[in-house]
Amino acid sequence: MKRLSLMLGLAVATTAAMQSCKMKTAATAVQGDAASKTYVAPGKYDEIYNFVSGGFNGQVSVYGLPSGRLLKVIPVFAVNPENGYGYSEETKAMLNTTNGLIPWDDQHHLDLSQTNGEQDGRWLFANANNTPRVARIDLTTFKTMEILQIPNSAGNHSSPFITENTEYVVAGTRFSVPLGSEDVPISSFKDNFHSTASFISVDKNSGKMDLAFQIVLPGMNLDLSHAGKGPSHDWFFFSSYNTEQAYTLLEVNASQKDKDYIVAVNWKKAEEYAKAGKGKKVPATYAHNTYDEHKQTATSEIKNEVLLLDPKDCPDMVYMIPCPKSPHGCDIDPSGEYIVGSGKLAALIPVFSFSKMTKAIAGKQFEGDFKGIPIIKYEAALHGEVQKPGLGPLHTEFDGKGNAYTSMFLSSEVVKWSLKDLQVLDRVPTYYSVGHLMIPGGDTRKPGGKYLVAYNKITKDRFLPTGPELAQSAQLYDISGDKMQLILDFPTFGEPHYAQACQASLIKDKQVKYYDINKNGHDYVTMGEKKANVVRKGNRVDIYMTAIRSHLVPDNIEGVFVGDEVYFHVTNLEQDWDIPHGFAIKNNPNAELLIMPGETVTLKFSPDKQGIYPFYCTDFCSALHQEMSGYLRVSPKGANVPLKFGTGETVTSVAAK
Amino acid sequence: MKQASLLTAAAAIALLLYGCGSTPQADTEKPAADNSMAATTPATPTPAAAAAADAKGKGKFTSVALTDPLDQKMIASGKSTYEVKCAACHKLTGDKLVGPGWKGVTERRKPEWIMNFITNTDEMIDKDPAAQAMLEECMVRMPNQHLTDDEARHVLEYMRSNDGKK
Repeated sequence: MKRLSLMLGLAVATTAAMQSCKMKTAATAVQGDAASKTYVAPGKYDEIYNFVSGGFNGQVSVYGLPSGRLLKVIPVFAVNPENGYGYSEETKAMLNTTNGLIPWDDQHHLDLSQTNGEQDGRWLFANANNTPRVARIDLTTFKTMEILQIPNSAGNHSSPFITENTEYVVAGTRFSVPLGSEDVPISSFKDNFHSTASFISVDKNSGKMDLAFQIVLPGMNLDLSHAGKGPSHDWFFFSSYNTEQAYTLLEVNASQKDKDYIVAVNWKKAEEYAKAGKGKKVPATYAHNTYDEHKQTATSEIKNEVLLLDPKDCPDMVYMIPCPKSPHGCDIDPSGEYIVGSGKLAALIPVFSFSKMTKAIAGKQFEGDFKGIPIIKYEAALHGEVQKPGLGPLHTEFDGKGNAYTSMFLSSEVVKWSLKDLQVLDRVPTYYSVGHLMIPGGDTRKPGGKYLVAYNKITKDRFLPTGPELAQSAQLYDISGDKMQLILDFPTFGEPHYAQACQASLIKDKQVKYYDINKNGHDYVTMGEKKANVVRKGNRVDIYMTAIRSHLVPDNIEGVFVGDEVYFHVTNLEQDWDIPHGFAIKNNPNAELLIMPGETVTLKFSPDKQGIYPFYCTDFCSALHQEMSGYLRVSPKGANVPLKFGTGETVTSVAAK
Repeated sequence: MKQASLLTAAAAIALLLYGCGSTPQADTEKPAADNSMAATTPATPTPAAAAAADAKGKGKFTSVALTDPLDQKMIASGKSTYEVKCAACHKLTGDKLVGPGWKGVTERRKPEWIMNFITNTDEMIDKDPAAQAMLEECMVRMPNQHLTDDEARHVLEYMRSNDGKK
């Protein structure tokens, strides 16, 4: 036994010293002082907010770092019964699309808003992959404020990356599709299918998004992207795969060529062309949903037109840079000079130089074109290659100290290397199949080089087993020294992809604590219990209800009939931080509500059976929380029961008819 | 910033006085004493003043000038605040609803106590003996409804009018 472990240890040490590190046991992974580096004592705050994509749960989760404590789940693209998002009358419109309300999506990447290439703590942008959409989340309320659908797109994958002053958010197609809704054979892919790169403008003050223009590209798969910064400010870079233009068994057919492309887009030029009328306005329907804070209600507008820019009509706007096989990450270093492509299927990491790229363009060092778009000579744009970094380079983040960190999907490790001389400096194992990495601000001009988080796809032996499906995992590394050190595992929701993080101080003190009841502009607000009311119009019944510790007004409602459409408009009269009230009614095939202090939210209930329906507050609010309840009486259609409601009036007996 | 550190210092001293077992150092870092609320939380009086002013409660109001005759504008404004923020729990009669009825409140309590209770609710419930006695009776902590100083003063005027003051 002893001998075996000695041999094993030796073997591990040798392998680690030689090439990629293969140690896969938890015992050797963590050193003694790891716990003290992540311990945040009760009552103390974490240093960092970490926003993690929810993958197939469609939401965004917020963790504190370095503790890994889950702070909040923000519903964005998936209905959330916990607080009625997508179920309440106010929020249904947020999930509206040209295909009606879609209750689910696949949320992959996040980007925090920036000013001058630094995080400004205002908004968080999120993409929906499946039904292409981009959302904006307000970081004073942690609420989704806006969702914009993207037409002419499928698999909205290289999204929602932003320019360094949040001028634009991009949305690049993963699956090429025909423009518009024409019916064409799949085999006509090369002629009829296109990828698009959509540029969404963001209003400086309000954050309001608008689909400014779409650049039409050849049929291929856009994977990830990042905007330039500093000297490369005017440019956006997208990685691509399947430039073979295959449309079946991509596993084989999209792996034929030894290089795909980084698509370099001069968005400043594109903006000029759009303004100069070089684009073509074409019909395209897409939903634009916005949440009005004053009315506390979302509205959905269907738009009918989009501006398309064709590279043929817009010279110098788009270039291709050859990049070794199937690049995933396309990451720009803090100086804005280096563009790191990560060829998932390549055994090296190509690093391009922005200044060499512009020189190559000026000197027309091209090696042909891809459907009319000039292809820059590989060597002309190349800064150099990181040799033998590991297997399956996927995504690179930066520490602001001249180092890059690349995740290695196949060899399950993080590799640290130097941007200057492209030498590998350090490597640590991950558990297992790491996807994206995240350094707080690691994609900005000012990364915080203290921590790195790896978001893994597979977790086998990391947590207590929970049947066939295990928790996804994030792993926190201390990168403050020369050697990376694993200091924490923490589970995440869904399948985590890209994440963002910033110093807590950027956001913490801006938090809204409650909504001012006097500024509540909801159409169905109840300004005080005196205004509580029940109004019938045909078979629609509007209940103006209030909630405060620890009662609802009204709490007895009669004269409602089977077949009525009952709307409970519940106003939370509290004006105190951290005192939401809940509202649920028995057998309602809907969800509950969580109503924040000073807010009004509406739950629809259409009873189809007579009976007494209790309703109650679901969020424990006071010692008398259990008492915070009431009854709705639903009588048969046509019954002779007058409309009646109240709280605090007890009647000795009322004959039921 | 200055106000925040003053508040922290005052909280530490208050703790020493009222003693709840934890060390003042640890307590200054508790979220309960978090500075993020400093903008809306009034400064705590010095311990000496607080001890001398039990009847006035705890909070920034140490002296409230009353009007004579009552200010009708303040009454109207106080009434509208009452209807939105207070009526859910307080009747204008002497009957208890969730909280005590308001009839006679201006006889039972000093104006400063009332103003402090409205604007500094949590500290009053935690430390003021009369407020604690009411909590034992009502079993619901009065929600801090975040009235401005003016709104609180107007509500006081409305209470005085409700008590038949002229």
